[in-house]
Amino acid sequence: MSAATTTASAADKKKADFSIGRLLLEGRAFFALIAIIVVFSILSPNYLTISNLLIMSSHVAIYGILAIGMLLVILNGGIDLSVGSILALAGVSAGAMMQGLQIDAAGVILYPPVWAVVILTCVLGALVGAVNGVLVSIFKVPAFVATLGVMYVARGVALLMTNGLTYNNLSGRPELGNTGFDWLGFNRIAGVPISVIVLAVLAILGGLMLSRSAFGRWLYASGGNERAAELSGVPTRRVKITVYTLSGMLSAIAGLVLASQLTSAGPTAGVTYELTAIAAVVIGGAALTGGRGTMRGTMLGAFVIGFLSDGLVIIGVSSYWQTVFTGAVIVLAVLLNSLQYGGGRKR
Amino acid sequence: MSGPVNAAGEMTQDNPDAREVVLAARNVAKSYGQVHALKGVNFDIHRGQVTTLFGENGAGKSTLMKILSGVIQPTGGEIILDGQPVSFSNSTEARDRGISIIHQELSLAPNLSVRDNIFMGREIMGSTGVDFAEEERQTRKLMEELEENIDPLTPVEELRLGQQQIVEIARALSVDSRILIMDEPTSALSASEVEVLFKVIRDLTAQGVSIVYISHHLEEALTITDHAVVLRDGNMTAYAPRAEIDLEWIVRNMVGENYDLGSPPDTDMGQPALSVRNLTLPDPAGGFNLVDGLSLDVRAGEIVCIYGLMGAGRTELLETCAGRLRASSGEIVLEGKEISHLSIAERIARGLALVPEDRQRDGLVQTMSVGQNLSLASIASFTKGLFTQRRAEQSLIDASIREVTVKTSGPTAAIGSLSGGNQQKVVIGKMLATKPRVIMLDEPSRGIDIGAKAEVFRLLSEEARQGLAVIYSTSEVSECLSIAHRIIVMHKGRISAEFDSNVSKEKIMAASGESVAA
Ligand SMILES: Nc1ncnc2c1ncn2[C@@H]1O[C@H](COP(=O)(O)OP(=O)(O)OP(=O)(O)O)[C@@H](O)[C@H]1O
Ligand SMILES: [Mg+2]
Repeated sequence: MSAATTTASAADKKKADFSIGRLLLEGRAFFALIAIIVVFSILSPNYLTISNLLIMSSHVAIYGILAIGMLLVILNGGIDLSVGSILALAGVSAGAMMQGLQIDAAGVILYPPVWAVVILTCVLGALVGAVNGVLVSIFKVPAFVATLGVMYVARGVALLMTNGLTYNNLSGRPELGNTGFDWLGFNRIAGVPISVIVLAVLAILGGLMLSRSAFGRWLYASGGNERAAELSGVPTRRVKITVYTLSGMLSAIAGLVLASQLTSAGPTAGVTYELTAIAAVVIGGAALTGGRGTMRGTMLGAFVIGFLSDGLVIIGVSSYWQTVFTGAVIVLAVLLNSLQYGGGRKR
Repeated sequence: MSGPVNAAGEMTQDNPDAREVVLAARNVAKSYGQVHALKGVNFDIHRGQVTTLFGENGAGKSTLMKILSGVIQPTGGEIILDGQPVSFSNSTEARDRGISIIHQELSLAPNLSVRDNIFMGREIMGSTGVDFAEEERQTRKLMEELEENIDPLTPVEELRLGQQQIVEIARALSVDSRILIMDEPTSALSASEVEVLFKVIRDLTAQGVSIVYISHHLEEALTITDHAVVLRDGNMTAYAPRAEIDLEWIVRNMVGENYDLGSPPDTDMGQPALSVRNLTLPDPAGGFNLVDGLSLDVRAGEIVCIYGLMGAGRTELLETCAGRLRASSGEIVLEGKEISHLSIAERIARGLALVPEDRQRDGLVQTMSVGQNLSLASIASFTKGLFTQRRAEQSLIDASIREVTVKTSGPTAAIGSLSGGNQQKVVIGKMLATKPRVIMLDEPSRGIDIGAKAEVFRLLSEEARQGLAVIYSTSEVSECLSIAHRIIVMHKGRISAEFDSNVSKEKIMAASGESVAA
């Protein structure tokens, strides 16, 4: 009997130091972010200033918005490679609308106001996303392949629309009533860039949806085991189409913010952004197999990537090294993920 | 399946008790944090004999077997193989020492063929890579031995659950081990297949192979065992050789009192709750119809048992009613309304619930907690406006855990930390929580202990008294003769016979096309 009690207390002790490891493991994105901020503040006095933090955050906004959509898709057990292209397509479409829509039949040129441009662009992104969703859920095309195809098509259409050129004038003209496009990228509310506010609002809405709504529960369930979810009455197809649609719409929003920040819209914007978004989700602790992941983690992941690469720029490290560092962080994150989900569950 | 592993020598006398102990656990303990799954257990495996392990759900049976076969490592105690202390760091090491295990939960790769699954990790190498022809030949031989008509090249995902279990058994047999551990190998098999398995077990023991057998089908286990060991809450509570035990002994030691599966409750049978008319489901592979022009009425408050062999079409019938499979013709009428065109979710909302047969594949979301699994099918009932109501959900979960008596450290525990039987109870609890009008349970007793089985049946009769219509399928005749008012026997997609509750076991088995001799 004494043998049994000693093993029990040994196990308890093991559990105690194990739980510190567990805490570090589960909060890894958070600790990584703290570490990044500390290291760069030491290396550069300019890093830890309010203004720099806000500027960096407005850069993070682009990746962050894409990562929200990516998280939804990854939770569903899928992947969306088309977000970067949808971002470019959205930017170019907005740019085209700002230049005026020529309607040949009526012989007039329409200049939609900025709010209409924003709405139409979001609808366009949602439609392209819905195409992904339909391909994956109804035609059973593997997500990787379907979104890879759409990635090429969307990029191609963006290039065709502009002949490869960039719209440099997005400011509109007062007499046409379509000024104000730069509001998204440049204005501030109480000193905080609009883009950061947009990110925060979307993240909070998304987080609430995931943790508190029925849809969120459906999403986690169908990502964890689609057959079981379906038999429990979860409309798995609808969930799938919805997440790809939302991802497309969020990509369009990111495209608008980026075009507004750059005051130009080009068809080659956002190349490889899909990979950054995936990286943010993975660093945030989501499992690529679906069913596990949180909005908070994903946001931390986006900030880790953004603050790291901006920090490297600030201390003057070459952009080649930035790529190497980002890659290392991603691999490390995936390694820790497999510790958390693989090792912990293995029996 | 070649030969015996040195059965030579030392059997000096025929007294089974005196036979040599080949593998023993001494004071073995296993803890998962605060959960003490095993608390210092001693366990002997005798050469050439069958040792059966009995115990309630969560007693620690699977845990002990996983330790003996190297899948997990104990937190205390030691394992003694042929008199020498050993420790295995993984199951391959144990396999190399002649110990293999058939897991309670299937561990097959669904995309691979039967042949590839059987030889996974132990491929037979020829001069030009893997010798597929030889593997195929051996697979065929194993299937013959198990009297099962399964083609070695079929992908496992196309097999029925019971057939998958046969493949799992064949894989363990193909290793030629001298100690074979079987953790509920028969939970999805019908009586005649169990009989074949027992013949194989007898052959093996005659060759000197030692067997550990776990089953919740107590009578069945009694026919094969030489020794019985009872585990309870992680302790070994009783041991006896075959000569000294009977069913009553096992039940008394396992759960303390005698359990009875009950009898048909007196209910006021109302209108037909579920009516099926001429339902036909063609075989996608183009064979006979899986469900063939079947008609059936179940009234409110009535309990109907569907008995049949593996492949009789029971699962297909229930899944068609639930909406997973689409019938090619026929009607499904729920409380007077035709529902064939409705989705699964709509059918659940109208009160038709299915507890599926395969809990890992169709029942549980492995990434979610015990509580989230329990509430999954009734999300609408605790959603107000846009958001789910935490408190309402919590009380639903607590009620379910109490109702189906899930043994768990709490609703936030990972579903994978539950014992097999407790996972099954979660699947049943999840569907009961939808407050159905008609519940269909496909082999609900798969993997649950007699106490829990009695508890589930008691719960179902209680609900039937309140007007719930119950349909359950089973491959165990004794379960037909419990709470069911009516017993329907299916054979090749049709109803081959219908009985009331006073029928004999032999008649039921004969109608199913099973040999009564079993
Ligand atoms: N990975 C794990 N983490 C935490 N607890 C676990 C884990 N695996 C098993 N347990 C606990 O150990 C106990 C014994 O489980 P075990 O699977 O051995 O039961 P069992 O006797 O095989 O039951 P059943 O008849 O239902 O299969 C249970 O209480 C279970 O919850
Ligand atoms: Mg078990």
